[in-house]
Amino acid sequence: MKKTLAISLMFAGALGALSATSAQAIDTKARFMAANCAYCHGPDGKSRGAIPSLAGLEKGYFVDQMKAFRDGSRPATVMQKHAMGYTDAEFEQLGAWFAALK
Amino acid sequence: MAFDRREFLKISAGVTGAASLGALTGCATTSTNKAYKVVIVGAGFGGATCARYLKMWEPKIEVTIIEPNANFVSCPTSNGVLAGLTKMEDITFTYDYLKKAVNHWVTDTVTGIDTAGRTVKTAGGATISYDRLILAGGIELMFDKVEGYNAEAQKTIMHAWKAGPQTATLRKQLEAMQDGGTFVMSVPMAPYRCPPGPYERACQVATYLKKAKPKSKIIILDGNPDIASKKGLFLAAWTKHYGYGTANSMIEYRPNNMPRSVDPVKMMVGTEFDDVKGDVINVVPPMRAAAICQMAGVRNDSSNTWCPIDYRSFESLTVKNVHVLGDSTLTNFPKSGSVANNTGKMAAAAIVEMFNGREPDSAPVVTNTCYSASTEGTAFHVATVFRYSPAKTAADGKVTPAAMIAQKGGGVSKEESELEFAYMESWAKNVWADTLGLPG
Repeated sequence: MKKTLAISLMFAGALGALSATSAQAIDTKARFMAANCAYCHGPDGKSRGAIPSLAGLEKGYFVDQMKAFRDGSRPATVMQKHAMGYTDAEFEQLGAWFAALK
Repeated sequence: MAFDRREFLKISAGVTGAASLGALTGCATTSTNKAYKVVIVGAGFGGATCARYLKMWEPKIEVTIIEPNANFVSCPTSNGVLAGLTKMEDITFTYDYLKKAVNHWVTDTVTGIDTAGRTVKTAGGATISYDRLILAGGIELMFDKVEGYNAEAQKTIMHAWKAGPQTATLRKQLEAMQDGGTFVMSVPMAPYRCPPGPYERACQVATYLKKAKPKSKIIILDGNPDIASKKGLFLAAWTKHYGYGTANSMIEYRPNNMPRSVDPVKMMVGTEFDDVKGDVINVVPPMRAAAICQMAGVRNDSSNTWCPIDYRSFESLTVKNVHVLGDSTLTNFPKSGSVANNTGKMAAAAIVEMFNGREPDSAPVVTNTCYSASTEGTAFHVATVFRYSPAKTAADGKVTPAAMIAQKGGGVSKEESELEFAYMESWAKNVWADTLGLPG
């Protein structure tokens, strides 16, 4: 049991040290929605291959692109289908989240 | 739960440098806190993703993974192996990065689950306790539903519906088949893992045969009354590339043809209508949620096939503190890798909120995107955004599968394209990285 505790403590400490954001208030809804995008756009918004990265995009640009996908003014393969499923407020939340990723 | 010194050292080795030293010297004040234990059974797209996101979003949660396999082998893009376009090593990945992300890794098979005592037993003799148990075991194939599909027959007739040695063997069988041979493959009744997978398989095998053995034929025995996914796109691809609709079609499609029996000696598949002879036979039997779900008593929809869950947490509707992910669940989602990956995050998000004394998101929004290859350089997709509707609950307050609603605007590609093939390859790299924590 002592060993179990020691292991838990080591990990709580080691990983806690890596997550510097823990003290700030986190928009958990935005965090989840953004994580949802990762299976195509890569973990933390950093893509491998032809699909664009989202990390660090300027918020206004992100929101404008999502709206352009939704109304069809920016041609797309899959993105119109995704853009049509989200609200404007969610575009703003996602844009803020990805803008903050480095 | 006991840890021997070897395990302790193995775990220690996973923590590097200053961070681990800091942890050893600086955190004594939290020693009265009892660890909150999440045990995840199965490190596929659902379980692995859930583990990673739990540790990312709440490092204080102690995560254990129990997984029998040494490596991760991806079902998505495994049809490319059958075409000879992809090698087994291209779809096989190490668990090393995931091992470093979690607290404990147990290479073992679960043999029993006590949901009252909240413990899991393994074949190796370990008893592991949990606060929350996450079952991510994928599917169990029901060979007994196909007469003659016994252990002996399974040496000759592959399902290749769990990527791994079966995939490699089926590729070898196709390589050994003579020009003019017949490849007989089946499609199980929906719902099944990877709805477009069988039709993509026909495309991928046809890609290979068209080049290497052009006189050969593919017979698709489909238990369903029609092509179950991306119908127009697959028909267009079969027509454009493989002669479908002409006398010389490489692909023959037979709906309502559920395989009832197999004979590995005569190399026959029996349906309700006739016996179909093949040089290579690939029968995918009916499937249900993984056996571990039965052990936990959560494989309890009306036919004891899938696991009803609450979409807000992926907790079983009937057994407390047991969550089910991915293909094992009874949901409105297609049983895809993308969805399994996202169900891992949905469960992780909810568990983190509950751990911190907050309510999980009451109306999660989540997506599916699924690509299929039609040739060696073209692909197409289906994409859908789903939104949970709290209003769609049953009279008794229970969540129903219908409560996750596909939003307007979702659907399939207009046509196959090379661009989408590139996106498919990129999707695969990203979902593997997201699931397993692979470096960039």
